[in-house]
Amino acid sequence: MHLEDLHAIAQQQQEADSKLEHILYVCTGTACQSSRSEEVLKAIQAELKARGLEKKCAVRPGGCQGLCARGPLANLDRGKQLYQHLTPEDAPAVVEALDGEPPARLQLDKQLPFFTRQVRVATQGGGLIDPNDLNSYIAAGGYTALLDALMHKTPAEVLQEVVKSGLRGRGGGGYPTGLKWSTVAKAAPTPKYVIVNGDEGDPGAFMDRALMEDYPFRVLEGMTLAAYAVGASYGYIYVRAEYPLAVKRLQNAIKQAQKQNLLGSNIASTPFSFNVEIRLGAGAFVCGEETALIASIEGGRGTPRPRPPYPAESGLWGKPTLINNVETIANVVPILQHGSEWFARIGTEKSKGTKVFALSGRINNTGLIEVPMGITLREIIFEIGGGIPEGKKFKAVQTGGPSGGCIPEQHLDMPVDYDSLAQVGSIMGSGGMIVMDETSCMVDVAKYFMEFSMAESCGKCVPCRVGTAQMYDLLLKISEGRATLNDLALLEALCDMVKHTSLCGLGQAAPNPVISTLRYFRDEYLAHILEKRCPAGVCQMKPEVMEVHS
Amino acid sequence: MSRVVTLKINGQDVSGREDETVLQVARENGIEIPTLCHLEGLSNVGACRLCLVEVKGVSRLLPACVTRVSEGMEVTTHSERLERYRRMIVELLFSEGNHVCSVCVSNGHCELQDTAIQLRLDHIGMPYRFPVRQVDASHSRYGLDPNRCILCTRCVRVCDEIEGAHTWDIMGRGINSQLITDMHTPWGESETCTSCGKCVQICPTGALFIKGKSVAEMTKRPDFLPYLAMMRNRKNGS
Ligand SMILES: Cc1cc2nc3c(=O)[nH]c(=O)nc-3n(C[C@H](O)[C@H](O)[C@H](O)COP(=O)(O)O)c2cc1C
Ligand code: SF4
Ligand code: SF4
Ligand code: FES
Repeated sequence: MHLEDLHAIAQQQQEADSKLEHILYVCTGTACQSSRSEEVLKAIQAELKARGLEKKCAVRPGGCQGLCARGPLANLDRGKQLYQHLTPEDAPAVVEALDGEPPARLQLDKQLPFFTRQVRVATQGGGLIDPNDLNSYIAAGGYTALLDALMHKTPAEVLQEVVKSGLRGRGGGGYPTGLKWSTVAKAAPTPKYVIVNGDEGDPGAFMDRALMEDYPFRVLEGMTLAAYAVGASYGYIYVRAEYPLAVKRLQNAIKQAQKQNLLGSNIASTPFSFNVEIRLGAGAFVCGEETALIASIEGGRGTPRPRPPYPAESGLWGKPTLINNVETIANVVPILQHGSEWFARIGTEKSKGTKVFALSGRINNTGLIEVPMGITLREIIFEIGGGIPEGKKFKAVQTGGPSGGCIPEQHLDMPVDYDSLAQVGSIMGSGGMIVMDETSCMVDVAKYFMEFSMAESCGKCVPCRVGTAQMYDLLLKISEGRATLNDLALLEALCDMVKHTSLCGLGQAAPNPVISTLRYFRDEYLAHILEKRCPAGVCQMKPEVMEVHS
Repeated sequence: MSRVVTLKINGQDVSGREDETVLQVARENGIEIPTLCHLEGLSNVGACRLCLVEVKGVSRLLPACVTRVSEGMEVTTHSERLERYRRMIVELLFSEGNHVCSVCVSNGHCELQDTAIQLRLDHIGMPYRFPVRQVDASHSRYGLDPNRCILCTRCVRVCDEIEGAHTWDIMGRGINSQLITDMHTPWGESETCTSCGKCVQICPTGALFIKGKSVAEMTKRPDFLPYLAMMRNRKNGS
């Protein structure tokens, strides 16, 4: 496979496509599949066949269109017409209206800010690539970056592009990707490894799932570029077993790429060899932590270990290991395709590029979005997200899941970037964004996340193992109107202590939801404690319950 | 041979080899840092977090048992904040299990108790959790009372790293973590246990004990460990 071959494949595809009058992509991501999108796809195909139109219009499986709440979605002729709420029974209506106007209930307005305000980098292609078909990816420009790098660039040059792009890790920490790559590149040339972290354990997050499902070839290409830049010869994609579709598509992508010599020994007849294997996680949140993930791949118990040494120095089997998040890796391909300057023009001074967010909670447009860094929370929630349903009042937005915090109304005009979010007591996190309205109780929210952290703590270190359990009990006590101000003081002392003494990020960040809700919604805690009252009417007061121990 | 570096611990100039930890260098110089999961001769896991110290220029607190010394480092081992955190860690440990010292075989010879005394802990400010945990008395010579276990994993490591049996391990996660033998079979039925008793000797509390001992009679002798570890290293030529 050479660059010319890629161009030939792309051209062939384009020629074949140009003979068609219409191309319809039906989303086959997990969300749309769960509302029968595969049946929709088959029904439309059957309908076309029945009418002898299969040469006129092609129906293909595509990726996520973003507005998952209105699925199954479909996209006709690269965005000319969007469809929503499709059912297999709608197939005749869709086929009849190919050249005209589909019924209003099926039309999704492509001019919605939800679509026009997005900037697609990691999700480049907008779901209009068949995730099962390497040629479809190549037709969309896939693998040109890799072959160009292998033929015309040194590993150092690839690395420099990533450094100059200013890309930062999308797995939550925001560590400069180029810097991490250089550390691994500089490490002694024993076997080195690349790991792509697709564990994605935050509740409410599904960005990485969508990327792996919709753009499995981009993840592979990005990984291969990373391996070339740092001198690694073997890679692992760590995916949680709860993502069967992502696993299936990645497996298929690996097979197809190997067949075309885009993965394996002497890739594209160059001296560079790289192979990839998928490892399944059992869905423990802590296994997303890099050292726990490595232990899990090695076959051990998924518990973190103290760093340093960092994986870049001593990772998988004690060898230098690059570990990056799925979205970070997906960004690498567009950076090398369009250049670091192009990428660095998107976003803000210190946070370059875009971020994929999973919008959920009390918001009209739940789904997946990719927006430039620096956009405000207000724009995301009220323009792209379409605001709060049922005329309710906005209360807070939670970012960063169990490791993040709740941001109130007063900070909605703040730009979304790593540093601003940290300043207001939250984190960028991996991209979960949960919107809450006046019907949410902030004590209840804090309790929910603490319960999660308690259940997901690996139990290795004392502050997190026992501290999260104690904090959860205190929050439970507060939410049931059984707590005193002393309990609140103990809760705050524990927050401070667990944050600063825990071994890994799980424990260190577990108090964040409590700290941030106390910072902005202390009055709600006080109402529960002093007045035995839940202002939002969520918590059931049980002040009469005696202290009973199990 | 590794380089020698100089550093400051609590303002005192000290020197150490580059491959030594802050804890080792501190102890060589008579500076005491509380520890529970660390034991000379075993690998370090950095799990109890008692040995956290402040290092100038580093915003995070660092565990002395796994942090290597480096040239020019300035370490503080005791401060109001560190003491407060340490007391809370010990309080959390007491609240987690069922530690009734007055009836414990290890009363007076317990590292958890000693640490509490050292930290001048006079009461436990956390609600006790009173877990329900079954005693395992199935072994002919030894017993496990998990009510007194602090999950330091010293027994797990000594059994795996020194005895080579790997009888012990941890099951479950978070607050439900629990110490088990083999695949969660009773200790007495373990097929891997060699009954060497090393785990009993290095257990910091009365969780592992020799049968037949009464209250306060269970003294432990972990001193064999550094020698065994040293001899093993010598044999392996390192
Ligand atoms: C408790 C915990 C869970 C994590 N889960 C994930 C995860 O699901 N996916 C991920 O990419 N990173 C996760 N991380 C961050 C990883 O440890 C690591 O920093 C990241 O994969 C590095 O990739 P990046 O630099 O590309 O962001 C987690 C960290 C912690 C402490
Ligand atoms: S902070 Fe929690 S998850 Fe991390 S090592 Fe400690 S117990 Fe395990
Ligand atoms: S039994 Fe003793 S040595 Fe083993 S984990 Fe428990 S306290 Fe530590
Ligand atoms: S002795 Fe260092 S963490 Fe336990």
